[in-house]
Amino acid sequence: MKMKAPLATAVAMAVGLLVLVGYFIPLQIFTGLRMLFLQWAVILAGAALVVGVINLSQYHWAKMRRRGPGRLASAVLIVSLWGTFALTLFFAPASAPVQWLFQAIVIPASIALMGLLAFTLTYAAVRLLRRRPGLFSVLFLGTAVLILLGAVALPGVGPLPFLSDTLRPWLAQVPAAAGARGILLGVALGTVATGLRILLGSDRPYGE
Amino acid sequence: MTAYLTGAAGILGLLFVVLFGLLMVVLRVVKQPQPGRDLRPLRAFSRLRRAVNLTVESGQRLHISLGRGEITHPKAAVAFVGLSTLERFVEITAVSDRPAVASAGTGPLGILARSTLHAAYKAADQERRYRATNARVTGLTPFAYAVGTMFITEDDAVAANFLVGSFGPEVALIADGSSGHDALTVAGTDNIAAQAVLYASADEPLIGEEVYAAGAYVGSGGLHGTSVVVQDIFRWFLIAAMVGGALFKLLGGAL
Repeated sequence: MKMKAPLATAVAMAVGLLVLVGYFIPLQIFTGLRMLFLQWAVILAGAALVVGVINLSQYHWAKMRRRGPGRLASAVLIVSLWGTFALTLFFAPASAPVQWLFQAIVIPASIALMGLLAFTLTYAAVRLLRRRPGLFSVLFLGTAVLILLGAVALPGVGPLPFLSDTLRPWLAQVPAAAGARGILLGVALGTVATGLRILLGSDRPYGE
Repeated sequence: MTAYLTGAAGILGLLFVVLFGLLMVVLRVVKQPQPGRDLRPLRAFSRLRRAVNLTVESGQRLHISLGRGEITHPKAAVAFVGLSTLERFVEITAVSDRPAVASAGTGPLGILARSTLHAAYKAADQERRYRATNARVTGLTPFAYAVGTMFITEDDAVAANFLVGSFGPEVALIADGSSGHDALTVAGTDNIAAQAVLYASADEPLIGEEVYAAGAYVGSGGLHGTSVVVQDIFRWFLIAAMVGGALFKLLGGAL
């Protein structure tokens, strides 16, 4: 069988091994090579960002030309994307007009979406009982409600006694922290396995 | 961030990684795992496989969302799992009129998704069906990515969304957009907060390391099956070490 991308595989394995060795063995030659490869990766990631922006524009340009639904949103995206790019090139990222764009449009839009997220999550919580009724769903929702009640101060009452000073900290610091650590250990083992599959040439996420 | 590990931590770390890798190779040579066998049943992957097969018949698409992990950071590992599954699913759906679509929140992941799609179509001898715009960078900030991705379900007649990458809590918007169009959402991530959010908003959430086993469950081959077995071996080893350490401390030992 013809091996897929032999040169890319060899480069990925060699660079991966050197970066890994540079992390564990503090010899100047390995740590120096590791830092050099990481710097190259950061530069390439910057170049890839430009490719990503071009890809995004290509898709929305094609969508605009098809005159289908959503073409107005695509036009707004292209105008704002390249308008911001031109403005930043002309002035500078730290200039007043670019900062104004950021503070008057990007941040408020993100905050608005964050607000929307609160409603989305509330709706998802309600649907959870319908979609997956069971003990764990009830436990999940019950804990979420207790944590929320323990985090707020009610008008005229203030922080709820016992809930805010005893139960909520205990829930967050004992069962939640223990569960999160268990999950993180699983995530760490999965990350090691994924990295090793790439290092051994079994996974080739560079495709061709 | 420390540039490197020193002393005993460095040696132990290296030993851990070398042993992990050796076990993966040895088990692969000794015992060839069969796709789907020797694995505990996970409803999420059964439903996903069924949905992928149905997309070909119903003329709908599969969407894989790769998240926003930077490739210079361990957070990219979970997106690499997504790329492996993307390759496998493209092999299955290559003859479909509506090919699979992938979305990414960073430039490098966008390029890798495009490259994986192209290679998968080429391998399936269906290169003419490949479209570069089927691998998209949908946004470069967390919320821009979430909003850009949630419209894929609507615009591209998506029947199943597989969210496998590094996300924040904003992933709830993608899951909500998906359920609004009756599309199946199977989702897993490395981020604890996003996992909690996905538990409530996804049809089939993948908890913890389940997402890293995706390749083994969808039959990606290679070392996917054996890496799941080695993960289990090391998990038991870690459990024993933690319980042993706690007992040792409890009995008055000094570490």
